[in-house]
Amino acid sequence: MHEMSIARSLLEVIERYAPTNGRARVKIVRLRIGELAGVVPESLRFCFEVASEGTVAQGAELQIEHVPLIGRCRACGADFHVEGYIFICPHCESPHVELISGDELEVVELEVEDVRCP
Amino acid sequence: MSLITIERKILEKNDEIARQNRARLAEHGVLAVNLVSSPGSGKTSLIERTLDQLNGKLRVAVIEGDVHTSLDAERIARYRVPVVQIVTHGGCHLDAHLVREAMAKLDLSCVDLLIIENVGNLVCPANYDLGEAMKIVIISTTEGDDKPLKYPAMFRNAAVLVINKIDLLPHLDCQLDLLRRHALQINPALKVFETSCTTGAGISEWCAWLEATTRRESVTKPARHEG
Repeated sequence: MHEMSIARSLLEVIERYAPTNGRARVKIVRLRIGELAGVVPESLRFCFEVASEGTVAQGAELQIEHVPLIGRCRACGADFHVEGYIFICPHCESPHVELISGDELEVVELEVEDVRCP
Repeated sequence: MSLITIERKILEKNDEIARQNRARLAEHGVLAVNLVSSPGSGKTSLIERTLDQLNGKLRVAVIEGDVHTSLDAERIARYRVPVVQIVTHGGCHLDAHLVREAMAKLDLSCVDLLIIENVGNLVCPANYDLGEAMKIVIISTTEGDDKPLKYPAMFRNAAVLVINKIDLLPHLDCQLDLLRRHALQINPALKVFETSCTTGAGISEWCAWLEATTRRESVTKPARHEG
């Protein structure tokens, strides 16, 4: 499944940056995922739950910021939400549109708990 | 509770290996293209028709990606070009580290054009940079003229579209102009070819473009030293 591969890659990033002292537990993972990234949030959560078992991120909640697909017309300068993935300016109909946001697949931050602390 | 700021791409590890692959290919002046499509669109047949015309004019190598079997590599091996088969055993796409391992089995100093045939899948390969110069998406007329609308990420990320099996159009409801329009709405910069690997239609135009693009890339090829 597509999201399983993404979940495994996500876990690798977490394990690269999370504390390795054996006491830390990742409680929350904040992600930024764009419309064009093609990731289904619930599938990602399910796959991550499976992939993170027995790791520092076991049981972590994925909080996802959804980034809209925004294009900027190179002809008239207008920014617009790209509807139906049609990259044509709705104002001047120019096809010269650059992507401003919407293809993100990023880890923003982790909330980590030291399990020795009450 | 402590907050650890990361701000990294989830696929950063793949992207780093892809960068290394890209650098290695550039070092040798090799043009690498990543062929993506649904299963059965004709990727392997297109490679065969390409080799019919370009083998001998260019030095071509092929990396084949499949979930199971080496059947595609066996087809390409008949053309006596270097070919490496990657079998993913369930993986639904190629990633950069698999391609790095395959590239290590090739002598890139003897290659002008590297064709990477990805696993048949229009979803996952869109996210995975392999280090290629461009993705080439292949769609066959039997898949319907609305296909680009269903897989926008792939069509957005590709540089070239090959519409294959045009010989079957008389038997289908597929409207070629509508298919082109849908694809170009998502990616107006797409270069479009129309081919039939069965009749040979459009293959010469496709090969001419591929040869010219390869030669432009190989301008950066290191000079061979005598002695």
